[in-house]
Amino acid sequence: MSATTTHDEHHDDHGPAKGIMRWITTTNHKDIGTLYLVFALAMLFVGGAMSLVIRAELFQPGLQFVNPDFFNQMTTMHALIMVFGMIMPAFVGFANWMVPMMIGAPDMALPRLNNWSFWILPFAGTLLLSTLFMDGGGPASGWTLYPPLVLQTGNALPFAIFSVHLLGVSSIMGSINIIVTIMNMRAPGMTLLKMPLFVWTWLITAYLLIAVMPVLAGGVTMLLTDGFFGTSFFQAAGGGDPVLFQHIFWFFGHPEVYIIILPAFGIISQVIPTFSRKPLFGHDSMVYATASIAFLSFIVWAHHMFTVGMPLAGQLFFMLSTMLIAIPTGVKVFNWTATMWRGSLSFETPMLFALAFLFLFTIGGFSGLMVAIAPADFQYHDSYFVVAHFHYVLVPGALFGAIAGAYYWLPKWTGHMYNETLGKVHFWLSAIFVNLTFFPQHFVGLAGMPRRIPDYATQFADFNAISSVGAFGFGFSQLLLVYVVIQCVRGGEKASAQVWDGAEGLEWTVPSPAPYHTFEEPPLVR
Amino acid sequence: MAHAQDKYYIPHGTKWPILMSLGLFTLFLGVSVWLNGGNATPAIIVGLAIVITMMFFWFGEVIGESEAGTFNDQVDTSFRIGMMWFIFSEVMFFAVFFGALFYARQLALPWLGGEGSNFFTNLLLWEGFESSWPSNGPADVGGEFEPMGAWGIPALNTAILLTSGVTITVAHHALKEGNRRVLGLFLALTFLLGFIFMGFQAYEYIHAYQELNLTMNSGIYGSTFFMLTGFHGMHVTIGAIMLVVIWLRCLRGHFTAKHHFAFEAVAWYWHFVDVVWLGLFIFVYWL
Repeated sequence: MSATTTHDEHHDDHGPAKGIMRWITTTNHKDIGTLYLVFALAMLFVGGAMSLVIRAELFQPGLQFVNPDFFNQMTTMHALIMVFGMIMPAFVGFANWMVPMMIGAPDMALPRLNNWSFWILPFAGTLLLSTLFMDGGGPASGWTLYPPLVLQTGNALPFAIFSVHLLGVSSIMGSINIIVTIMNMRAPGMTLLKMPLFVWTWLITAYLLIAVMPVLAGGVTMLLTDGFFGTSFFQAAGGGDPVLFQHIFWFFGHPEVYIIILPAFGIISQVIPTFSRKPLFGHDSMVYATASIAFLSFIVWAHHMFTVGMPLAGQLFFMLSTMLIAIPTGVKVFNWTATMWRGSLSFETPMLFALAFLFLFTIGGFSGLMVAIAPADFQYHDSYFVVAHFHYVLVPGALFGAIAGAYYWLPKWTGHMYNETLGKVHFWLSAIFVNLTFFPQHFVGLAGMPRRIPDYATQFADFNAISSVGAFGFGFSQLLLVYVVIQCVRGGEKASAQVWDGAEGLEWTVPSPAPYHTFEEPPLVR
Repeated sequence: MAHAQDKYYIPHGTKWPILMSLGLFTLFLGVSVWLNGGNATPAIIVGLAIVITMMFFWFGEVIGESEAGTFNDQVDTSFRIGMMWFIFSEVMFFAVFFGALFYARQLALPWLGGEGSNFFTNLLLWEGFESSWPSNGPADVGGEFEPMGAWGIPALNTAILLTSGVTITVAHHALKEGNRRVLGLFLALTFLLGFIFMGFQAYEYIHAYQELNLTMNSGIYGSTFFMLTGFHGMHVTIGAIMLVVIWLRCLRGHFTAKHHFAFEAVAWYWHFVDVVWLGLFIFVYWL
């Protein structure tokens, strides 16, 4: 298999076009990766601002700043933006930048499709955000969009649904591209089990996306026809069932949470070996664990619905299958820990974020085991405990994974070292504030504070105040990340090709910054 | 024919994708406004026009590159893997509608009828409702209706689609053997069968609305019937248009016995649509 590149008309390539058209028309995986990452960073602040509205309102009991309906719009839009607009595009950005370089490919396999996958996003995001300015405001049903509540949305309903459709198209096209690239573009000698773990986790993530995004699309299509064309899918009077939507949504939704976390697992599996100066412990078992998690994700969805009135056999099945996930996840956590065992550790910013990931994601994992216990979940369900649980896996989990990856690969992308001191400050601020924000939410949740409610009993006041302080601290700390990134793009100490002395893999064999086209001649992998 | 057989083809910049997104955005904006009761016909028409124009130019450019011999075997493999996983995503899309049908028939309706631990649901909310299929639910949503029988037009349509599966295979063999006359003839037969199928489906819908009182409002039976057959019909239409495109390309002398990815992709898609129909025939019309 030969994999050199050619370009129509030009045989000597002069690099990218000039100006804004470079970014609009680009078919280059690095340009598109950058677009995804910049878009995700912008959305981090849009979604983050919404969460600060929530936390400002919850700083003390009573209604202060926003009316309850707008509060519900904020919880809904915060989730939709963060999931579909921020964390997923961020990881697709990493995939675009790193997968071709890690497998020794000249580019992504389907470059025009790649451009389209990205350029759907701003339009879908506009469609979604515009709903906030409509009669009746944005969707206020929670990101789960459960009927019949969501069908009471005002004019926003079709806009939100079509936005989900467009985001789905983008994800599916992006995933097809990633799968084709990995299956068909590997350099000679790059056998499947030699692939770096980031490539593996993305391969499996892409399969999950292709399998579940169409399911969500079908589900919201049925919402649309129930709302506007008189069908009865989710209406008992016509023989349908609102619970059917919950099954459809979570058949998508549970694999979706692994879609969000698996690429972070991949990044952590690159970072920890580098700064331990040891190869990843149990590389193959990591691959099998990732595949097991992906498989199990398809048969656990109803653990989100224990209180909906399921038959006992269903509750038992979904409780036990959910607990099985702890096994492959445990394999991963132990492998990361064993990688560090007797390693020559150093603690640069990416490693700090990776270590925080390891501890804090594990806390989120354990609280996940707690909510998996069906009888106990009757107490936890829809409480702030659940909010604390999934924010522990999403913020110090997925987001810290993405930030670790950003610091790890920034020198390769820009050719400059970032400011290590500021990076460390950013880490400590983030790590402290994220715990200040979310740890108290465990307590108020266990004591009975419900989620998605703008007011609460005075007994929860202290912990909520602490949580709000943490949220504002965390939010503003992220401005430091923006500053460090801009500073690093504009200049700084020149980075070597190797960058990190313990780093291994094809991406470290090319100069920093990585040239516009890498691996026009495929490298030989032994 | 090729000057770059050993190179992986990476196109230079392209403006089609962002215009395509703009078209979809305009289209969805228009449809949303229309659904909310506004007048958005211009937006819908403009959006649709942009999407169709962009597809014409985008596909046209790729076809041009293909005929110029820019794509080597590795690019061909990329297209194949891509198409396979695209069809898989379509399988999952249909799976959710079949899932809704099975859920309603096996769980939702029996529960409304009081099965299992739902005795009081039935007694207090829908007293006297007995679960059956076809059903428009305990509130008789949409009024009395007649279900669509399986052995009239649907059986005929099954025969039509199965036959079209045979004709496209004959065309494929003809292409591989270089018999262009048979290729053109059987490809034309295939999309003609597709259009006949669509004609029958349209007739069936009119029959359902005008004579059976079977509409999208007819409870869960009407919902699943029109959602499944509607999306399938949309896919048959797309597939038939794709068949026309590759037929025109065949007439212009495109494709060689070895290099004809587009032909095979359309054939895969057509077979996929065919298999989905068998599922529809069995579970929507027959059982």
